[in-house]
Amino acid sequence: MTDAPSPSRLSEARLKQRYAAEFRFKLYGRMAIVIALAFLALLLGRIVLQGYSTFETHTVSLPVYLDPAKIDPTALEGANYDYLVALSLLKKLGETDDEYGENSGDAMDLISRDFGFQILNKLKADKSLIGKTVTITGPVKADADLYYKGQIKRSTAESDRKLNDRQLNWLDKLQKDGSVKTGFNWTFFKNADSTEPEQAGILGAVIGSAMMLLVTALIAVPMGVLAAVWLEEFAPKNRWTDLIEVNINNLAAVPSIVYGLLGLAVFINWLGAPRGAPLTGGMVLALMSLPTVIIATRSALKAVPPSIREAALGVGASRTQTVFHHVLPQAMPGVMTGTILSLAHALGETAPLLMIGMIAFNPGLPESFTSSASVLPVQVFIWENASERAFHERTAAAIIVLLAFMIIMNAAAVILRRRFERRW
Amino acid sequence: MTVLIALALLAAFSAGVYLLGRKRAVALAGGTSVSLHSLPGYHGTWVALWAGAPAALILLMFAVFGGRIEEAALRAETPAAVMELPAERQQVFWSDAHAIARGQAPSEVAWEGAAKAALDAKAVEAGRIETIGLVAVVALAGVLALCGFLLAYPRLAKDFRARNRVEGWTDLLLILCSTLAVLTTLGIVLSLVWESIRFFQAVSPIDFLFGTQWNPQIAMRSDQVAAEGAFGAVPLFAGTFLVMLIAMAVAAPVGLFSAIYLSEYAGKATRAVVKPLLEILAGVPTVVYGFFAALTVGPTFRAFFNWIGGLLIGGPLDSLGQYLITVQNQMALTAGVVMGIMLIPFVSSLSDDIINAVPQTLRDGSYAMGATKSETVKQVILPAALPGVVGALLLAVSRAIGETMIVTMAAGLQAKLTVNPLDTVTTVTVQIVTLLTGDQEFDSPKTLAAFGLGLTLFVVTLALNIVALGIVRKYREQYD
Repeated sequence: MTDAPSPSRLSEARLKQRYAAEFRFKLYGRMAIVIALAFLALLLGRIVLQGYSTFETHTVSLPVYLDPAKIDPTALEGANYDYLVALSLLKKLGETDDEYGENSGDAMDLISRDFGFQILNKLKADKSLIGKTVTITGPVKADADLYYKGQIKRSTAESDRKLNDRQLNWLDKLQKDGSVKTGFNWTFFKNADSTEPEQAGILGAVIGSAMMLLVTALIAVPMGVLAAVWLEEFAPKNRWTDLIEVNINNLAAVPSIVYGLLGLAVFINWLGAPRGAPLTGGMVLALMSLPTVIIATRSALKAVPPSIREAALGVGASRTQTVFHHVLPQAMPGVMTGTILSLAHALGETAPLLMIGMIAFNPGLPESFTSSASVLPVQVFIWENASERAFHERTAAAIIVLLAFMIIMNAAAVILRRRFERRW
Repeated sequence: MTVLIALALLAAFSAGVYLLGRKRAVALAGGTSVSLHSLPGYHGTWVALWAGAPAALILLMFAVFGGRIEEAALRAETPAAVMELPAERQQVFWSDAHAIARGQAPSEVAWEGAAKAALDAKAVEAGRIETIGLVAVVALAGVLALCGFLLAYPRLAKDFRARNRVEGWTDLLLILCSTLAVLTTLGIVLSLVWESIRFFQAVSPIDFLFGTQWNPQIAMRSDQVAAEGAFGAVPLFAGTFLVMLIAMAVAAPVGLFSAIYLSEYAGKATRAVVKPLLEILAGVPTVVYGFFAALTVGPTFRAFFNWIGGLLIGGPLDSLGQYLITVQNQMALTAGVVMGIMLIPFVSSLSDDIINAVPQTLRDGSYAMGATKSETVKQVILPAALPGVVGALLLAVSRAIGETMIVTMAAGLQAKLTVNPLDTVTTVTVQIVTLLTGDQEFDSPKTLAAFGLGLTLFVVTLALNIVALGIVRKYREQYD
């Protein structure tokens, strides 16, 4: 008799293998989810880490001597206020300007140009200030701000950083004598774009985005809802309506950049719509979100039970009355949810807006629906391309604001769904 | 502005007419609405529609097309002095004429002699045309509104079927809105085809589709060398394909395994937490992914490969090391991996639906035969769900091909024919963006090339979608 392994042994060994395979397979699934969630955490974490420091800023108070020899009362615009501010800073630090102006040049690199604008506005209001000393409070320049936040370090070699040792010593001195204050960065929420990072803000982009979404909603929602009502409640089933159906499903998956090309060719080149304006952008995004609104509305209408329709028709309502007085109000929560989600998607859309010229630098708040404006995602794109490090910090902060709006919109959609959804 | 005021006036007029019609209907019925065929409100609405709708339509048409008609009228006779100017100066001339007519500041171009005289004359003319156009349209709208009212009002009667008439109007509106979706498609196709035809008149389609040199440099002056750009799009297709492959290599396994785990293994609590979290990944705007790729992933990859390169230098793999230390931030790998992250939720939610559609009886049968869960998934569920999953992956591929911001911010601009993921590549969408951002005239092959690329992109993604949706639909019907 040979010692053949018994069948039960064999099956036990095989069972072991099978359980091991089972365990491995489960592990792969777990790993996939962990990887996906790790990516999410990394993405959001990095952005918050890069952006949160934007919300803190450093301001400095300086007594500035308005030297009558350097300001011509008849031509206020012509004076070099930045130089006056630099001289006052040097005086405060107990330094004098050398003959090459290197010291004053270095000093100018520490104080925001905002000081000069403030002085000019003060003088425009009251010329008698010339010859006096006024105290001005304003932001330090972006690089100095980064040094105070610890993002520019002394340990870096002098040639590799934007500020030299002397400037760092001055900044330390200023901080010691208490003229530098740390505070919340209101400027970032009050200003529009600017060439100077410390003065750049997102209010212009937020307003621009709001205007554009308003246009999108005003066009896409009524049209989308009415189109869906017709397709779902009135349309005969024939080849023509089939064509529309297939069309809408395909439109939902056309890359957004193609809508940008459409906007450029039809709205701008053919109809003469203004380039880079919220009106034009809103129209393009409306066409883009139309299919999503239609699809969402149709599924909401489908969910309304036929008994509702039959009851309305039974008491003598016409088909139109049935739809508009009974079915559509019942479907409204679903419609609203779908609409909000598609608008949230439109809020984050960038590519088609680049096509229609929304990439311009807009230092002021948007004036009207037909003038050039910035919107949040495009602002992110523009700042990401900027070379200064301080702009990268602001890009991340702008993203935080954008994501906050997204979260608010999505939360609104979820709450609407929970609050009003009826299970039939 | 005037059009807006006119529209507001029109709305007020229609509201007044509505009240009149309502009152008249009640009066006809002798003070109660019982014997009327339709509710008084319908009578009012019907009259208001006749008074308001045609006039509003005229005003809106004018707001959209009026500017073009006026422009054509103004340019009907171009002064000889202007004809001699170069094209871009002519543009400035016309915009200056408009600016002066509207009392805005003209451009800084100094006009002299005959051109100056022509400018002044044209400015006066532009002002006149604009006034005439406005007055004419507003007057026409007013007349239409009055006529509509006068025609409709006398027709009100006790037996008048106002409700049916009004519902006729609403049906018309609904049909118009539905046709808009078709019109959008037509608009896309026609505009892309139209501009592409102009492009293919300058560059042959064969060169475009099979040329291997992409260098859309257009000379500043026509007499310069390099006045001819090279428009061979093969490097762009290759770059797009490479980035797409990397993205799918990330998204397909991670997305699929997440979907399998969530639908077959995870408990209710896990699903309730993980699903929304994955949805967040789908909700993040692409520009945010682009930022993440450009400032976090790119530098990290670069540091990693440079470090590996540093280790290899001087060893047996010296040449590879030498290459690795020259790797830059912008590479196909960065864009591909980040795009893959973006597509994970897309793949997983679609596959999840498809796996859930597999009937429970199949699973139960498999368990009854003594199969473990993973064997059931591998040998029963996946083969059954395969067509659907393939459809889902195709939809993800179409997304990856059309994605713009991530590649614009992280892949680079150099058109190279390469399969090396550490190299910078450029894609179709990146080139569309670069060709169209900035100020250019719209008749050079350089800008028109963007439409040629757009058409290619549209056709490819549309074909993928039709195939994928077809597969998914067929598969769904299999178990109904």
